[in-house]
Amino acid sequence: MKMAASSERSPPPFPDAEDQESEPALRDEDSDEGADIFLGTNPLEAMADSTFSASDVLSDLPNDLLGEPPSAVFGDPLSNISKQESTSNPAKQSSKLPSDVPCDIFDPLHGTGMEPKDDGKNASLIDIVINPVTSAKDNLPVDDLLSQPEIDIPAKTKTEQPAELRSEERPKDEPLSVASSKPKKDLFEDSPEDLFSELPKTKAKTKPQMDLFGDSSPDLFMDAKAAADTGPGRNAPADLFSEESVATTTSKSAKSNISANSIVTANSKANGVHSDEEEQDIFAEATVELSLDSPHNNRKTLDTTKPSEPASSLSAAAGSSKAQAKTLEELEEEESEDKFELNISITNPEKVGDGMNAYMAYKVSTQTTLPMFRSKTFTVRRRFSDFLGLYEKLSEKHSQNGYIVPPPPEKSLLGMTKVKVGKDDPSSGEFVERRRASLERYLQRVVCHPSLLQDPDVREFLEREELPRAVNTQALSGAGFLKMINKATDAVSKMTIKMNESDVWFEEKLQEVESEDQQLRKLHAVVDSLVSHRKELSVNTAVFAKSVAMLGSSEDNTALSRALSQLAELEDKIEQLHQEQAGNDFFVFTELLADYIRLLGAVRGSFDQRMKSWQRWQDAQTTLQKKREAEAKLLWANKPDKLQQAKDEIAEWEGKVTQYEREFERVSATVRKEVIRFEKEKARDFKKQIIKYLESLLQSQQQLIKYWEAFLPEAKAIA
Amino acid sequence: MPTISQEYKTALRSVSVDLNNDVSLLIDIPDALCERDKVKFTVHTKTTLSVFQKPEFSVPRQHEDFIWLHDTLVETEEYAGLIIPPAPPKPDFESPREKMHKLGEGEATMTKEEYTKMKQELEAEYLAVFKKTVQVHEVFLQRLSSHPVLSKDRNFQIFLEYDQDLSVRRKMPRRCLVVSSRTWLKSADEVLISGVKEVDDFFEQEKTFLLDYSTKIKDSTTKAERMTRAHKNVADDYIHVAAILNSISAEENTALKKHLDKFSDMFEKLRKVEGRVASDQELKLTELLRYYTRDIQAAKDLLYRRARALDKARLKSKDVAQAEDNQRQCMQKFEKLSESGKKELTSFKGRRVVAFRKNLVEMAELEIKHAKNSVSLLQGCIETLKNC
Repeated sequence: MKMAASSERSPPPFPDAEDQESEPALRDEDSDEGADIFLGTNPLEAMADSTFSASDVLSDLPNDLLGEPPSAVFGDPLSNISKQESTSNPAKQSSKLPSDVPCDIFDPLHGTGMEPKDDGKNASLIDIVINPVTSAKDNLPVDDLLSQPEIDIPAKTKTEQPAELRSEERPKDEPLSVASSKPKKDLFEDSPEDLFSELPKTKAKTKPQMDLFGDSSPDLFMDAKAAADTGPGRNAPADLFSEESVATTTSKSAKSNISANSIVTANSKANGVHSDEEEQDIFAEATVELSLDSPHNNRKTLDTTKPSEPASSLSAAAGSSKAQAKTLEELEEEESEDKFELNISITNPEKVGDGMNAYMAYKVSTQTTLPMFRSKTFTVRRRFSDFLGLYEKLSEKHSQNGYIVPPPPEKSLLGMTKVKVGKDDPSSGEFVERRRASLERYLQRVVCHPSLLQDPDVREFLEREELPRAVNTQALSGAGFLKMINKATDAVSKMTIKMNESDVWFEEKLQEVESEDQQLRKLHAVVDSLVSHRKELSVNTAVFAKSVAMLGSSEDNTALSRALSQLAELEDKIEQLHQEQAGNDFFVFTELLADYIRLLGAVRGSFDQRMKSWQRWQDAQTTLQKKREAEAKLLWANKPDKLQQAKDEIAEWEGKVTQYEREFERVSATVRKEVIRFEKEKARDFKKQIIKYLESLLQSQQQLIKYWEAFLPEAKAIA
Repeated sequence: MPTISQEYKTALRSVSVDLNNDVSLLIDIPDALCERDKVKFTVHTKTTLSVFQKPEFSVPRQHEDFIWLHDTLVETEEYAGLIIPPAPPKPDFESPREKMHKLGEGEATMTKEEYTKMKQELEAEYLAVFKKTVQVHEVFLQRLSSHPVLSKDRNFQIFLEYDQDLSVRRKMPRRCLVVSSRTWLKSADEVLISGVKEVDDFFEQEKTFLLDYSTKIKDSTTKAERMTRAHKNVADDYIHVAAILNSISAEENTALKKHLDKFSDMFEKLRKVEGRVASDQELKLTELLRYYTRDIQAAKDLLYRRARALDKARLKSKDVAQAEDNQRQCMQKFEKLSESGKKELTSFKGRRVVAFRKNLVEMAELEIKHAKNSVSLLQGCIETLKNC
């Protein structure tokens, strides 16, 4: 009744007022986000300046990296260093600024970070990008510079740090998020440069570092080796870097920082030594990349620094950070627009073969400016099982390291059988289109991932004419696949109870992910019923249209009869609209949710990997404990003959414990980074789809207006 | 909610447009009480006619009383040539009740907010059914009161004035029989009406038209009902979508929160608009078709009565010159019936066309209004989302 009543009244107030209200809120949000970004990049700047204040030449490295946040793989050292700085800087400042609100932390950071710039250091910015090449040679001072601040900082912060740690936890997370989200687009340009930034370090640092930290190096070398063994050459540095990041996050002490640092050294040396072909490949590419991109980078770095100048002069004023935040966000926006370097589309689904051996082949077209590919555009034909095969390969390699590998669409026996048997069945057409679209989204997600894109299998999948036939995909499909994930996550949740979670962040995130999964499933069900209800409405409208047409034909009043048949036509058109809308409900909304339900499964999988690695570490510790007890028994029993063996075993297990602990920390760091990346991506995806969906609704409503407006004179003409 | 009952009043009045505003006899149902399945209506009359003892009075009546009144009118021989306004349909609260039950079962799966909204929707639906029932009964009486002949009917006047229980309900068991015999009679009528050779062109035409039209409009009514129900389902789905989006956004703490909030808000607004579209379609289209399905049945009944009278007249004339007088009387009766029937049917046609026009125009206008409303809502929302 309420609705009936209001239908006669004026329409509900158009949300003008609300919109206006929300404007300031929007601004607020902007500034928030901007603050994050600001925080994200700024520490880098801060780092750049304080770390390399001794030498202009070297300030380049971090600077160009700050313009282009590093790729996931190589990004860590920087964000680490930045974190070190961010821990130290606020610590320094905190005595001046009693309030510890994150915002306050940004500003001092910002202040300290900018000051050196104002001194005229950014004049060298233009040279920055070109420099690395040359600077690689005269890098010797690097180790001074690198080690100096680090030793400095702990000294300064010794007293304050423990107190600050808690409050800093959050801001520390944020730079990461920026770092990991951006690379998704720029990783192609970045990674080579990152590599460059590393090269100098490698050469320059190896010797002095080894001398300096001789005592800790055996350990570290062992690690480096282990890492080099576990993954392909390229992964190793990343792993070690992330370890370092963990080390910093837990901010143990000056020593641990330094030792972490020496891992870098050790590892990069290992890198140099063990570098296999692939790595050399990348280096070769890097040279090309650099020369191509340097002007581009330059511009960006300048963009970033410009707005920060006035901001820094205003010290910690909130307003200034806002202004900067905005520009930074714009910058990010701009960047994201620039960076369509890899475009993948899947088209022309085609049935190959006959009967039950028939399959659908899809045309996978790639458009790219990335030099890692042989040409700018190329197409290959792939079948569904190839996609599954790609997933299997990727998942095998990467998910154990905590990476979130996007899952492919499920296999559908029913749908495919329909395609195989039926010829022009509309539902089979819908099925093929649905699958094509979801394969496209799947592949786009894969290449959006900075680490996965580097995988040779991905490249092969996109480029190579003939792929070896993927086998064993049968097992990994549809419900079975989901079940597997569910089982894994169940096991994880059981383990979680046992696991004494040391990191609140993971505990909270896992909970978030789980509840989000629940909610998305619910929403998926509801939207699914919306789709079916809308389809029902469409069918019913069509039936009504027919019925009205009949009624119109029996009506003996000519004008009314005409109006009724017009109404029938109108309802026919509306039926079309409903049908299209149902399609949009499904393709734009439901599929998005289905994708994310699958993706959340993968996210949970990465948490699972972290848990496994933790378990391994714990097990090793238990074993170590047992060995120690055995040794004590031997000592007590006075059996020196076996004592040596026991000691050896203890040493071996001690090594394993450290190794597993590092591994666990590395996986943790990766998971954290991946989750943050995932969230960013999700936010963008959802926003895009929401707008697309609303636009589809808008269009159908506009069409509706047109239809009814055309009908109105007909109704009025009834006499 | 005076505005709401006003709403339905105008809606139903527009369905049967010819209710003149004769002030000598004004009838309305200001109040009704729902007890279990029974609805007690308070029938209020205001009159200047001298046949009534008082100028203003109210009596309690139940649905069965209305049926009794209708049946007596139909059975009165003098009115055979008139279209007796169709009896109001039996109050039916089953569908909202059933839905309420279902909702109660599904309470655990919904958020509190979602449940409250669904419940509100159902309560509104229930209320709508209730008001519609009242109005449909009122319109029945008003059509009688505005009819030049029927308003003078003694039984009608008793119905309005007699302040005791009409005690017609005791006869209800018998009525069941009557109903079944009548349906049997009706099918016999169908045979009769289609079998009898019609002499009069007008009635021949009317006959074919009404028979055809009746089945078509019945069909359209059920289809329209289904369509509006489906539309309502879509609007209800929006509630769930909005609620779940809302709870997701409550847990979200990234930039996405704003978007989800907006999105959920949008669905909440859209569901109101869609709900209104559905209820307006129900009101302007389905209700129109429903009413005329019954009205056409009433017109058809007139034809049956006429056919029976004709049959009787012929039968009598076949009788071996038994009562010439009697036969002439029957013939006369038939003629009179035909004449008034012709008048009634013609006016019915005019009434129908006007009603259709009015409702279709109104519906088109409402549809445009709602669609425009959604468009501006959507545009605003897209705008803000894009600027986020």
